[in-house]
Amino acid sequence: MDQSPSKKLSVSLSINDEIRQVEIRPVDTLLYVLRTKLGLTGAKPGCLNGDCGACSVVMNGTVYKSCIMLAIEAVGQKITTIEGLKDSPIQKAFVENFAFQCGYCTPGFIMNCHSLLLKNPNPTYETLKEWLSSNICRCTCYEEINEAVLSVIENKEKTNE
Amino acid sequence: MLSSNIDYYKPMTIKEALELFYFLKAKNKRPIYYAGGTEIITLGRLNLVETDALIDIKELKECQLFEFNESYLISGAVISLTDIEEKNLFPLLSIASMGIADRTARNKITLGGNLCGQIFYREAILPFLLCDSQVVVAGYNGVEAFPIEQIFNQNLQLQDGQILIQLLTEKKYINLPYMSIKKRQQWDTGYPLLTIASIKSDNQLRFAFSGLCPFPFRSKQMEVELNNTNSSIEERIQKAIQFIPGEILDDVEGSKEYRLFVLKNTIEEIMNEMEGR
Repeated sequence: MDQSPSKKLSVSLSINDEIRQVEIRPVDTLLYVLRTKLGLTGAKPGCLNGDCGACSVVMNGTVYKSCIMLAIEAVGQKITTIEGLKDSPIQKAFVENFAFQCGYCTPGFIMNCHSLLLKNPNPTYETLKEWLSSNICRCTCYEEINEAVLSVIENKEKTNE
Repeated sequence: MLSSNIDYYKPMTIKEALELFYFLKAKNKRPIYYAGGTEIITLGRLNLVETDALIDIKELKECQLFEFNESYLISGAVISLTDIEEKNLFPLLSIASMGIADRTARNKITLGGNLCGQIFYREAILPFLLCDSQVVVAGYNGVEAFPIEQIFNQNLQLQDGQILIQLLTEKKYINLPYMSIKKRQQWDTGYPLLTIASIKSDNQLRFAFSGLCPFPFRSKQMEVELNNTNSSIEERIQKAIQFIPGEILDDVEGSKEYRLFVLKNTIEEIMNEMEGR
């Protein structure tokens, strides 16, 4: 990630229900600012090209790849990172379903699944497949990740009964 | 890497955006318009984009429209591909957009970004080429609409400083019979080999292509041959491919020969399906 010195701006970012003041350059990606300036290292640098999804975060309920978003675009928006989903049902489901091996892609997958369930609490298999194809798991835990999401849906249905 | 000295501007009106652009140019800056920014960031990382000023046009309200007026569907340049898919006002555009990148990336990729991008697929242009849409741009002469046939030749032919604002598509085209087939070398993800979109208007099939040449295109000469019902489908396709308007791609996604093979089969598949509709 680019770390060369240049003109800086002081901005406020709303992250995980906290307002964080931070100095950024307009060229900084959100991923770089989260990790390097704010110590939120849950979002992972993978391809840095918008392909792998390891850096996914949620902004205003919608999932984005933070490597292809400038931090300055996040000013005034409500950002959630994996650190903001501690003990959430989807995080627990990943643990309970062993939906990871090395774990590097896991934060990105969890953010994507979280956004999916916010927008579509009972997705079809096709919808689930379409959403999950945004993220890559080199350990190929795809089946377990599917099961983790399905378990959250099933648990919600049981709770509603 | 994008220059670390980039300035960032977020104008609220078209006038403000244009004035900023021309002001920065006069100061020997290299401004570019920024919407989703996915290609600018990824190509910038590889030193393939040179700019020192980003003019973010996401707040321009004319660019945010995605709705019908009395005669047209208005598709604003900064609507995301996901919005297109979810609102589904133009089913062929929805299908074409859904084939681009992946679901999360499409939350960020905008219609205008896809149409003005450097990537040669740019599938979102195909429905507009097929429907003879109007392209609305803003520049020195104010806001003007051009027939897509006039302003799109391999790329959108925008002059320095012009902003793509909207595409206008006549309502009569929106619900015509259509097909869009995207072929990849394997599986459902990854870069496409070829995309062919088709509509049936006045009993004639129209075809637009992406991934065959280094640019998307619609060829009326190919359509004449493909609609000549005096010949067999196989003969028509054979004649049509003589009018492919450029070099056929030959790359890691597929050789020229393989692309031609897939092209012929896919056109045949579309004709068999669409001619009966």
